[in-house]
Amino acid sequence: MLQVLLDIWNWLPELIQILLKIVVIVVPIMLSVAYLTLAERKVIGYIQVRIGPNRVGPRGLLQPIADGLKLALKEIIIPTNANRFLFVIAPLLVLAPALAAWAVIPFDEGMVLADIDAGLLYILAMTSLGVYGVIIAGWASNSKYAFLGALRSSAQVVSYEIAMGFALVVVLMAAGSLNLQEIVLSQQGSVIHWFMWPLFPMFVVYFISGVAETNRAPFDVAEGESEIVAGFHVEYAGMAFALFFLAEYANMILIAALTAIMFMGGWLSPFEGVPVLDGLTSWVPGIFWLLAKMGVFLFLFLWFRATFPRYRYDQIMRLGWKVFIPVTIVWIVVTGFMVLGEVGPWFDRT
Amino acid sequence: MAIEPVIFYFFAVVLVATSVAVITVPNSVHAVLFLVLAFFTSAGLWLLLEAEFLAITLVLVYVGAVMVLFLFVVMMLDINFEPTREGFIKNLPIGIIVALIMVVEIILVVWPNFGLENYAAPAQQIAGYSNTKELGLVLYTVYLYAFELAAAILLLAIVAAIMLTLRRRPNSKYQDISEQVLAKKKDRLRIVKMESSPKAAPTSVQESEGGVEQ
Repeated sequence: MLQVLLDIWNWLPELIQILLKIVVIVVPIMLSVAYLTLAERKVIGYIQVRIGPNRVGPRGLLQPIADGLKLALKEIIIPTNANRFLFVIAPLLVLAPALAAWAVIPFDEGMVLADIDAGLLYILAMTSLGVYGVIIAGWASNSKYAFLGALRSSAQVVSYEIAMGFALVVVLMAAGSLNLQEIVLSQQGSVIHWFMWPLFPMFVVYFISGVAETNRAPFDVAEGESEIVAGFHVEYAGMAFALFFLAEYANMILIAALTAIMFMGGWLSPFEGVPVLDGLTSWVPGIFWLLAKMGVFLFLFLWFRATFPRYRYDQIMRLGWKVFIPVTIVWIVVTGFMVLGEVGPWFDRT
Repeated sequence: MAIEPVIFYFFAVVLVATSVAVITVPNSVHAVLFLVLAFFTSAGLWLLLEAEFLAITLVLVYVGAVMVLFLFVVMMLDINFEPTREGFIKNLPIGIIVALIMVVEIILVVWPNFGLENYAAPAQQIAGYSNTKELGLVLYTVYLYAFELAAAILLLAIVAAIMLTLRRRPNSKYQDISEQVLAKKKDRLRIVKMESSPKAAPTSVQESEGGVEQ
């Protein structure tokens, strides 16, 4: 049976094979996005001593389906004097880079759609493209609130991208490669070998910049419900709004995956190198560990939202420019010395 | 059929079309967006040449950062498009002359070496070849001084731009962030202990509410 399936797979043209692989990656992402929204409402509900959605389906498990159906059936209203083409294309421009970045994410050893050498650069380029959709949405809506949201968002994303880029440069120095698989493999050994220990400040800076980059609370001035209604997507309804929503959550999952890959050993087991536990858990596939690590970061996203009040605009700019960028520059030098001095157990490999 | 020529002609056509659109569309925001698309397609062309580092850097730096700021500025300018069209006919002869001179110059430079037969096809790189690493090795060894000089000039430009636009206003009020961060709970919050419910049974709802407010 397995042999027959393998034969059919090899018989398919390469283009079809790639398309099937893309489907296999994108469909679970979309499902996790749907259930992440439910998880968010449940988690924040419990943090605020509420129950959260529990009406649709058993324990509210069908809530995302109901939400999706509602959004799909809603009318898309295009505002007067809005730029029609840009208004419609903006949500796609937000979603497409968020999904395209998944092409280079390794889920396990060899389990990657495109194993390219410049993977880290590609990720950085793709995540920097998402801001176009936001800006275009804000401009094309022909609305003051949307425009203000777009301006805030672009200023914020451009600022935090610099700190994010520097954090990635430090990872590149530590791993000696831009290929995400090799970055994970260079963290092999044990939990101590993960890059989160020698690069701890970068780990924190990267994750917080990731939260800012996805416009999530407490960095959600681009939406700022209490000041500018809903920011850049105030004029959007129905599926067009749903695409913004999907993109935001897909980006959250992406940032969680990247943080896990670059600082917490990706698919490597946390019990690696531990005498008994390693043998007991060796049957667990690597993708399980990656998903578990991603889950931790996704929970942090939700926890942040329930805990912190929104940053003021000047505080955001101060944190990005005056705190994160100096910290990253200092840590580039520190890491340079650590690599030069072959500080173990991270940099003493030949 | 080889797929590369198809991709090349697709990108090339889009690149030429968007470049023309950049200078012809009336709306400046549209022009910037066409320029973004032009950058993106040229990155695609570089990718076909196996220059993946340059291609991705073009997207990262120009599309992801420079053009975002450009769009940011252009969007904030409230341009009235009518006056920009005035004088088009009047200035047309000068424009045509300048364009012709440019075309002649380009032909003079390019023509002697034009044609595929003048250039050897680039060798296919081996599988483990890393464009990024090779570029880094050359930049930081052979061209180190030029590289550092370029970096210093860019830094100078940043500092100069900030100095030119920085206006010190004597009356502006700043927040002292360190003072804000150092603020403790006891500086701002005063906790007043009070009875949760009045000892005496309230005679009416209004009275009991008044009691709480005191």
